[in-house]
Amino acid sequence: MGHYTGNPKAAADLVQINQVHRDVYINQDVYALEMKHVFANAWVFVGHESQTPEKGDYFATQIGNQPVIQVRHKPDDIHVLYNRCPHKGTKIVIDRQGNTGKFFRCPYHAWSFKTDGCLLAIPLKKGYEGTGLEETDSGKGMKAVGAVHNYRGFIFARLAEEGISFEEFFGDSLSSLDNMVDRSPEGRLKVVGPPLRYLHHCNYKMLVENQTDTCHPMVAHESSAGTAVKLYEELNLPEGSPKPPAMEIIAPFMSPYEFFEDMGIRTWPNGHGHTGVNHSIHSNYSDVPDYFDSMSEAYGEEKAKAILDENRHNTVYFPNIMIKGPIQQLRNFIPLAADKTIVESYIYRLVGAPDELTARTAMYNRMINAPTSIVGHDDLEMYERAQEGLHVDGMQWVNVQRLLEEDEDFSEEAVLNGTTERQMRNQFNAWRKFMTFDLEQQEAAE
Amino acid sequence: MSVSKDQLIDFIYDETRMLDEGRYTEWLALWLLDGHYWMPLDYKQDDPINQTSLLYEDMFMLKLRVERLNGARTFSQKPKSRGHHVIQRPFVDEMNGDRFVTNTAMHYVETRLDEQQLLALTARHDLTLVEGKLRIANKRVDVLNCDAAFRNIQLLP
Repeated sequence: MGHYTGNPKAAADLVQINQVHRDVYINQDVYALEMKHVFANAWVFVGHESQTPEKGDYFATQIGNQPVIQVRHKPDDIHVLYNRCPHKGTKIVIDRQGNTGKFFRCPYHAWSFKTDGCLLAIPLKKGYEGTGLEETDSGKGMKAVGAVHNYRGFIFARLAEEGISFEEFFGDSLSSLDNMVDRSPEGRLKVVGPPLRYLHHCNYKMLVENQTDTCHPMVAHESSAGTAVKLYEELNLPEGSPKPPAMEIIAPFMSPYEFFEDMGIRTWPNGHGHTGVNHSIHSNYSDVPDYFDSMSEAYGEEKAKAILDENRHNTVYFPNIMIKGPIQQLRNFIPLAADKTIVESYIYRLVGAPDELTARTAMYNRMINAPTSIVGHDDLEMYERAQEGLHVDGMQWVNVQRLLEEDEDFSEEAVLNGTTERQMRNQFNAWRKFMTFDLEQQEAAE
Repeated sequence: MSVSKDQLIDFIYDETRMLDEGRYTEWLALWLLDGHYWMPLDYKQDDPINQTSLLYEDMFMLKLRVERLNGARTFSQKPKSRGHHVIQRPFVDEMNGDRFVTNTAMHYVETRLDEQQLLALTARHDLTLVEGKLRIANKRVDVLNCDAAFRNIQLLP
């Protein structure tokens, strides 16, 4: 296709109703545009507030390809700053988390900054007298991102100074985050340990699309889930004996197509959506003693039941995270390059709930999301084969038209057959929108 | 029957060779049925249950992992991975009647297609003498760069 640099419109044109051009996955110039437009204009996940519980606590991460620091400035005030010294560009922190005390201090020339980024001091400051430093960006301190929003403990940021509001961007899709947090009798989550970090040589969008791809589990995971079912049958355990934990976690991946058709998919505006409207692979987990009682005590029996009857499978928040409400997990698909993605998989503890629930999410995480996970191996193999296969010049489009309907309107919420690829189309619709978002703002201003 | 230090050390060498030669059926037979193979995610992690690990596998999961390696539709093993350990002479840390603990430094290489990765490991073996035979009660493998982003690790380091 054409030349993309400086031309987000050309990138947006790679998305058609029923197919997308391979350059959205393999072209590094398109990746650069995505970072500049999609990741700057969307609200992107940064971290959880429990990763920085005390004043001065920081957590270093990335929004797209931009290094940032989540830092607690005051007890109820978390800031997100770019991780570079305004002086020479040195990264201010290198460790993934820590406590910086009352201020950040650059290790190169000792410029120091308050934890909201404001310039605090420069050694030998008289050298700048009369030079007009205060009028430059360097003189203003560490730069903050455009906007930050803490939603029930989850920190999101928008890099662009102006743009879509948090509420408009997410709309009703926040019901999935609500359900995850409501599963704590105290309405609070706490991060547990470091995330799994798994490096994929593929485009991040392949991973995001796979989250609502309900026609792959029984095929790509036959090797792991199918073998689990076979081994279990061979064990021939007497009726009523407890199942191996792997059977509860891995075996449901072998559910038939009808199961996934009936589970349903819901899409929301701006590229968000989830599988498991009616039921999901998480529906039949065994009960944990005392949990329902503590939930009923907190919410009343009826509401507690409503919270726990929700079995949403994967909720995708455009552009690059997935959460699993029923087991309190979040996967962050961080795009490092067109063909390089790091996947960070976090688990959270439901504050006030029994430990068995933390044990279950920890088990799910290592069995499914780890670089050592057999299910993870199944998926990575498919993504990387696709990343390589897409270089075939004789065929340049990727198909996304399963259960395509006439005149699909992504600005409306919709609930459909669980095997539709509408959520993938929804993501690409949002991708187009945010790719050209500032272009449209510019044109409107002119 | 008593077990000598040399017998413990030989056991670790033999186990490592089984893994490198892919003799997994023999390897599984070394284990006690309630044993766990643990590979922590966090440096000096002390809880395998309530936080994420890379592996914490019971016999069912280990059998599943081994069985899967040979599956007709195990696409991530077409072609197969190969693994190779170089190990230092194990330290014998404890000898208490029928129970023993060893600690072994290893360099582990895993390869498939054009990729190869090197992991520096420390393996702790809890061994038990059962009916005259040494068996693995538990095994813990700490990866030196456990907090790094990994590519696939498909075999058993």
